[in-house]
Amino acid sequence: MKLVTAIIKPFKLDDAREALSEIGVQGITVTEVKGFGRQKGHTELYRGAEYVVDFLPKVKIEVAIGDDLLDQTLEAITKAANTGKIGDGKIFVTDLLQVIRIRTGETGEEAV
Amino acid sequence: MEDQIYQLQYAIDTFYYLVCGALVMWMAAGFAMLESGLVRAKNTTEILTKNISLFAVSCIMYMVCGYAIMYGGTVFLSGIDGGETLVADALASKAEEGFEGGAVYSGASDFFFQVVFVATCMSIVSGAVAERMKLLAFLAFAVIMTGVIYPMEGSWTWGGNAVFGMYTLGDLGFSDFAGSGIVHMAGAAAALAGVLLLGPRKGKYAADGSVKAIPGCNLPMATLGTFILWMGWFGFNGGSVLKLADVSNANAVAMVFLNTNAAAAGGLVAALFVARAMFGKFDLTMALNGALAGLVAITAEPSTPTALEATIFGAVGGVLVVFSIVFMDKLKIDDPVGAISVHGSCGLLGLLLVPITNDGVSFSGQIIGALTIFVWVFVTSLIMWSILKAVLGIRVSEEEEATGCDVSECGLEAYPEFTK
Repeated sequence: MKLVTAIIKPFKLDDAREALSEIGVQGITVTEVKGFGRQKGHTELYRGAEYVVDFLPKVKIEVAIGDDLLDQTLEAITKAANTGKIGDGKIFVTDLLQVIRIRTGETGEEAV
Repeated sequence: MEDQIYQLQYAIDTFYYLVCGALVMWMAAGFAMLESGLVRAKNTTEILTKNISLFAVSCIMYMVCGYAIMYGGTVFLSGIDGGETLVADALASKAEEGFEGGAVYSGASDFFFQVVFVATCMSIVSGAVAERMKLLAFLAFAVIMTGVIYPMEGSWTWGGNAVFGMYTLGDLGFSDFAGSGIVHMAGAAAALAGVLLLGPRKGKYAADGSVKAIPGCNLPMATLGTFILWMGWFGFNGGSVLKLADVSNANAVAMVFLNTNAAAAGGLVAALFVARAMFGKFDLTMALNGALAGLVAITAEPSTPTALEATIFGAVGGVLVVFSIVFMDKLKIDDPVGAISVHGSCGLLGLLLVPITNDGVSFSGQIIGALTIFVWVFVTSLIMWSILKAVLGIRVSEEEEATGCDVSECGLEAYPEFTK
């Protein structure tokens, strides 16, 4: 089992959710986050003085999946969140040791 | 029959005065909204507490001694209701003035109209010292400002008294219709003295001398505040005609409303496009300051300019305010809402524009008047702020400033459920 964590541009969230639903992903968790990568922050202007926005708003998607869905999931997110411009975000893949569905007590792939 | 017409005129003029006073009272709400929008969220409760408290303090202090210092009479307003001979006295002075002569109205309405001006003057100070001043020190200053400092300069101008027995401003050709100098520049002078002793907000100016913007937290609120001020200003300038109930005065009132509105429009458009040219973006907060700058600039004489002249005067104020705000930042005078530029720079401009359309007023008189007001208010304020600094301390601690004055001064956040 894998945990796929993707940081994407907020306006791409709906596209990513749709793409993931289409390939059969059962659930996702979304968090509004802030940060910077190579894009760095940007400057804005207020009353004639500049100020730097160091951390830009992004959306973090977390998806727990069986190993068989990994490639499709990565492809779906990459395609959906791509604009070709700097700041599109990143995807992190980590091994998932255990998954438990709280309601039924199921564990492992069944619970994903 | 004549007596009845006089009574009716007295009633209409008093009513007009009271309605205008209520409009000016509403400007306190405008200042509160404008300031709460232009500070950071963590200082919102404190700035609101400050604005509504200063209004109440002003009303009490002006009742205690301010009105008596400014216009004569006794402390605590005793006898302001006119007493048992009220009707006979009013009719006698009406008969003397005639139908189209000077206004005769209720003494209590005069106090009511004047007291809201004091509060306006004090509101100007609160924005400039926002986000870092101790509330108690501010309210202590408000007591002196509204009880003594403002009434003294008011007595030399609208009160007609000689300045320490030396010279009388009216004789020198000084005129300030509704208070560009007497109210607005005076407030800015007190604010400037406070800001100089207080220092800038932490993080506003970097070690290398560059200016760091500290954006306001709620621009819808700031915009609403500006609209409220714009509306209240019709009472501020319109009421200063003092009389409504004959054709020529009704016309004067209408012209004042028209010009006040025109100047605000001119100021806003000018500031909007000057800021666009200078910074490349339409800066809303500059546009809001521009509207207020136009209003302040026309306040010294809204009755004699033509509508076009009023628009142009307002626009000059709108241009000046943008440059003034940038210049203040260069001097490292940190004014979160631009009050010193809006009310000080444009208040002075307003005084200097009067002789262009009013032949009875001289440039020299305006300059002497402006200097008298500024020097008196600035010096006495500087002394008062210094005393408060030594006794109470005027600035919150660095940690309190970082946490926000809401928690340190009021123990209450304005938006407890708001996360960023």
